[in-house]
Amino acid sequence: MEDKKQSVDSKKHIFDNPKNVKRLLYFLYTSCAVLLIFDFVIHRHVMHSWENLWGFYPLYGFVGCVVLVIVATWMRTFLMRAEDYYDSEGQDLGNINNKNEKSEQGEKQSGDDHVDD
Amino acid sequence: MWMIEIPPFVPFFIGGLIALLTSGVLRNFIMVSIPIISALHLWMVPDGIHLQFAFLEYQLQPYRVDKLSLMFGYVFHIAALIAIIYSLHVRDTMQQVAAMLYAGSGLGAVFAGDLLTLFVFWECLAFTSVFLIWARRTQRAQVAGMRYLIIQVLSGVILLAGALFYAAENGTLEFGYIGLDGIAGWLIFIAFGIKCAFPMAHNWLTDAYPEATVTGTVFLSAFTTKVAVYALARAYPGTELLVYIGAAMTCFPIFFAVIENDLRRVLAYSLINQVGFMVVGIGIGTALAINGAVSHAFNDVIFKGLLFMSMGAVLHMTGRINGSDLGGLYKTMPKTTVLCIVGAASISAFPLFSGFVSKSMVMSAAIEEGYDWIWLMLLFASAGVFHHAGIKIPYFAFFAHDSGLKANDPPNNMLVAMGIAAGLCIAIGIYPETLYSLLPYDTGYNPYDATHVLAQTQLLFFSALAFVWLNLRGKYPPELRSTNLDFDWVYRRIFPTVLQASFTSVWKLDKAIRQALLSKLNQGLTFFSNKNNRYSSLLSRNYPAGSMVLWVLVVLATYLFLSFIS
Repeated sequence: MEDKKQSVDSKKHIFDNPKNVKRLLYFLYTSCAVLLIFDFVIHRHVMHSWENLWGFYPLYGFVGCVVLVIVATWMRTFLMRAEDYYDSEGQDLGNINNKNEKSEQGEKQSGDDHVDD
Repeated sequence: MWMIEIPPFVPFFIGGLIALLTSGVLRNFIMVSIPIISALHLWMVPDGIHLQFAFLEYQLQPYRVDKLSLMFGYVFHIAALIAIIYSLHVRDTMQQVAAMLYAGSGLGAVFAGDLLTLFVFWECLAFTSVFLIWARRTQRAQVAGMRYLIIQVLSGVILLAGALFYAAENGTLEFGYIGLDGIAGWLIFIAFGIKCAFPMAHNWLTDAYPEATVTGTVFLSAFTTKVAVYALARAYPGTELLVYIGAAMTCFPIFFAVIENDLRRVLAYSLINQVGFMVVGIGIGTALAINGAVSHAFNDVIFKGLLFMSMGAVLHMTGRINGSDLGGLYKTMPKTTVLCIVGAASISAFPLFSGFVSKSMVMSAAIEEGYDWIWLMLLFASAGVFHHAGIKIPYFAFFAHDSGLKANDPPNNMLVAMGIAAGLCIAIGIYPETLYSLLPYDTGYNPYDATHVLAQTQLLFFSALAFVWLNLRGKYPPELRSTNLDFDWVYRRIFPTVLQASFTSVWKLDKAIRQALLSKLNQGLTFFSNKNNRYSSLLSRNYPAGSMVLWVLVVLATYLFLSFIS
């Protein structure tokens, strides 16, 4: 994130150049690798046994996000509707009212018919 | 120590009145100065009950100050100041007045010492904030605002019912620890839960906030849910149920956030996710957990405000907010981009940003108290929030493909407001001691030990790696113009459909019964008229008229006879 910020500040349209995107990605890959190595170097005082597993946090973060995205994409199959799915709401209210009026009128008319009969 | 007894909502309500009567520079000056003066005043107020009187047989305390309420009081002043500066360019009296009254109601609620005062401000929050939604003046905003208002008022009514039961059970209205025993406890819990956006009661938030005005959403994101968090922290600390509810709140919204197109709705989902962390903290109830919940509420007001402001700036300048329409804006809106990234880093809890110093307290408390699975869920939610709020928001708005939109950075007042918020995010992240000194408990917690920093950084960087990997493989769900069904589908689609169907059947039944009765009546009338037709007599062709004439004849004859003999 820091890197992105600086690059935007220093130059304009920096990501128009595919090389810069590559550089950013390589920076990310290297940071990840370094962080993974830190797992050996830094002695951590763990509070939970799972934390002792090597690479627990990196693995959890990576797998968690992949699962998140896959499940969310799958949710689209049954949750996604057209953008204007609810748009008829306000009009619906109007329509319902109109329908009521119409049906009431209809009933009146049919009632009239009966009186005439 | 002058005027201690003036509660902080009073200056804001007066400010609302002044905003109604003034305009232009004068109004701006007054609106900016009110939160500053009020905050300085609040700074000097000592703990204790500063205003109370007897109402019927109950003691009311409209102004009670302690560490918990002060914490929320301070952050509400900060939020109000930032949001007011952000909205200085707005020329809409309705919004300005509503915003001042809304901020005042929030402050009134957190300093309320009894349930009746709390109820009054609870409803004020609803009635003032809805104008910030309606001020958008679109059809969608109007209906969304109405749904919002109904749900908020419902929460207030349940709170009032709970308060009445509470008064009957305990003989007092004092707002302190309540707990989940008895009907009063449950009713008040549900009322708080609705405002706190508990699962299945959360859709008022994701429904209404993205429909509010650019500046209105910034106000909205600060007060309503945080008042509910405060109320839960006051009345239900250590209630285990809250741990599970909170954990659910941290996890389910991130799925919706990943597939949501409207970027302000993405932020609304992540607001629920952040409130979930606070609710978990309150549920755990230890000193560390409560501190975590309260400080996270404090930070969330600022960084979520910052994110809503940056997305508001995008909406204000481009007129668009859907991820599918945006992209590449870093070229023309560089300042907004940087400020948004600061907000994104804060909400993702990067070390040296504000989210880190508060969220880690809740996580530590969860693991200390042996909530292993809850801790795993929170960890997943932390990765998830980085994924959707930390990466998705800036990425789809400012980077991704070039949308071709040519927008400049927003007006200076917006940039200043965002700058203040971003400065606070970084300052609290680097130097959390000031924040910690305001907290209700002294736990001596230090977020910056190597273990924490490394674990959080690893988690976040590998989440980013997952995003990059998915994106490069084309597996990341593209932003699509769509509506995603959520629980509100139940009351926006099923309820109306069922109601319409049942009313239609009732109407049909009613019509059938009436027709049956009418035809019976017709039959009867026809029967009698036919019967009468047969009595053709001397005086009239049908029976009733004939008999009536006969009786009139009898009466007249009697009258004549009587007049002769008298």
